[in-house]
Amino acid sequence: MKRENIIDIVDKNYRNNGGIISILEDIQKQYSYLPAEALKIVAEKTNRSLVDIYGVATFYRAFSLKPRGKHLISVCLGTACHVRGGPVVAEEFEKQLNIKAGSTTPDREFTLETVNCLGACALGPITVVDGRYFSNVNRVKVSKIIEKARYGLDKVEIGTDQRIFPVEVSCPRCNHSLMDKSFDIDGHPSIRVTISFGDTHGWLRLSSLYGSYSIEQEYKIPLDTVLNIFCPHCHADLTGASLCPECAAPMVTMIVQGGGVVQICSRRGCKEHMLDLM
Amino acid sequence: MISLKINGLNVSVEEGTTLLEAARFLGFPVPTLCHTDGLTPYGACRLCVVEIRQGSKSRLVTSCTYPAEEGLIVRTASERVVKARKIIIELLLASCPQSKTIQDLASAHNVRRQRFRQEYEDCILCGLCVRYCEEQMMAKAIGFRGRGENRSIGTPFDVPSDVCRLCGGCMYVCPACQLRCTYTEPEKAVCGGCANLSPPCIEKEKFDDMMCYMDPCVACEIKKD
Ligand code: FES
Ligand code: FES
Repeated sequence: MKRENIIDIVDKNYRNNGGIISILEDIQKQYSYLPAEALKIVAEKTNRSLVDIYGVATFYRAFSLKPRGKHLISVCLGTACHVRGGPVVAEEFEKQLNIKAGSTTPDREFTLETVNCLGACALGPITVVDGRYFSNVNRVKVSKIIEKARYGLDKVEIGTDQRIFPVEVSCPRCNHSLMDKSFDIDGHPSIRVTISFGDTHGWLRLSSLYGSYSIEQEYKIPLDTVLNIFCPHCHADLTGASLCPECAAPMVTMIVQGGGVVQICSRRGCKEHMLDLM
Repeated sequence: MISLKINGLNVSVEEGTTLLEAARFLGFPVPTLCHTDGLTPYGACRLCVVEIRQGSKSRLVTSCTYPAEEGLIVRTASERVVKARKIIIELLLASCPQSKTIQDLASAHNVRRQRFRQEYEDCILCGLCVRYCEEQMMAKAIGFRGRGENRSIGTPFDVPSDVCRLCGGCMYVCPACQLRCTYTEPEKAVCGGCANLSPPCIEKEKFDDMMCYMDPCVACEIKKD
């Protein structure tokens, strides 16, 4: 955990009029839990006492003070899910992962927790894994869910997934195509831009599949860096005027050939993107 | 000035006065547990209930937090109030029977039985110590943690707080722990001799089931290994 990083998070949220909860949410997003040291820094930077911060952090189930595993499995034991067999599901998860609810597997892969109502009672029993909802869960589905989570729920199956489709983009200034036919990512021509951060300049290639986050880079870009992104042809700065609704970094604008614009967040690791087709 | 009627007597009080203050000003006794002069009202124990009339209906409110209103009709000892108060005391007895304060309340209000599942909590979450620490000592060393049945009072991460000045004020105001030392059998208060100055929040884990915070207790010399 880096002190500067936490201070950054606090500053960023304070700038956007965020409260304690949004600060803690951001910390938890990055570290998957709330380190004690981080809470102390938050208290110090927000001029509040540590008990207040600690009180908020322990009040909400969504926050964890213990390190969590890579994947978070939340089994709903709310009233509706309870009568529909939630406890059986929870038990099965406990058995298969060989841990008790509220703990993490020794290999740090899974954290299992039970929650009270995830707001989808009609589809119960509900289980949420890494933010993905699974409905009508029963004993048999448990092992499949674990397997899927292990494989990675964020991985998309190109070709079969409806949410994924290729876009062709060009520079909004010179209208030159940014597509690079000589370099494929995800089996499609990639989008090539030049980037700079700090003293580093180089190229970055993005997957042209809308919804895929695959990239190739010349230099390793540390997570969380806000990049300056330029058109490789006219060297125009592609950063637009709007800010990312997720992380407040500037959004980068590109024209979609055939009409429309696509915006992606310039912060490495932030997955915010928008597509407006005309 | 606001004029209202308490138990049939007219009284004028300044704006912002609570019903409790107004009633006490007239000399009507209203029992309280989580209220102390000098600390902001909190409304946790509900013991100070009074009945107020609103139109054709009446309602129970906590007098320590309810501000006086023009023309309000208040009764501090109606049948409904007395009944509610007794139940509240019974519930307090169910959670923390070893507290001298609660025992005294029970006897003063003629509560002779306790019909709920008996527990021996060492905290009734009245928040007196939290407010004392914050408002009188400006320290904020202790606070509420968790939620629901896991709610508790203590320092962050259960480690001695570096803003705690060991004033002992939290123990002084605590209605639950004057008889802290109950040896290992909570039903039997053994000595009560530990009017010590080591705030309970600090040494808690060490003596957990013993409800004694002194190391070793000078009165009973029980040391837990
Ligand atoms: S009870 Fe499970 S989603 Fe509501
Ligand atoms: S004294 Fe009013 S609620 Fe406790």
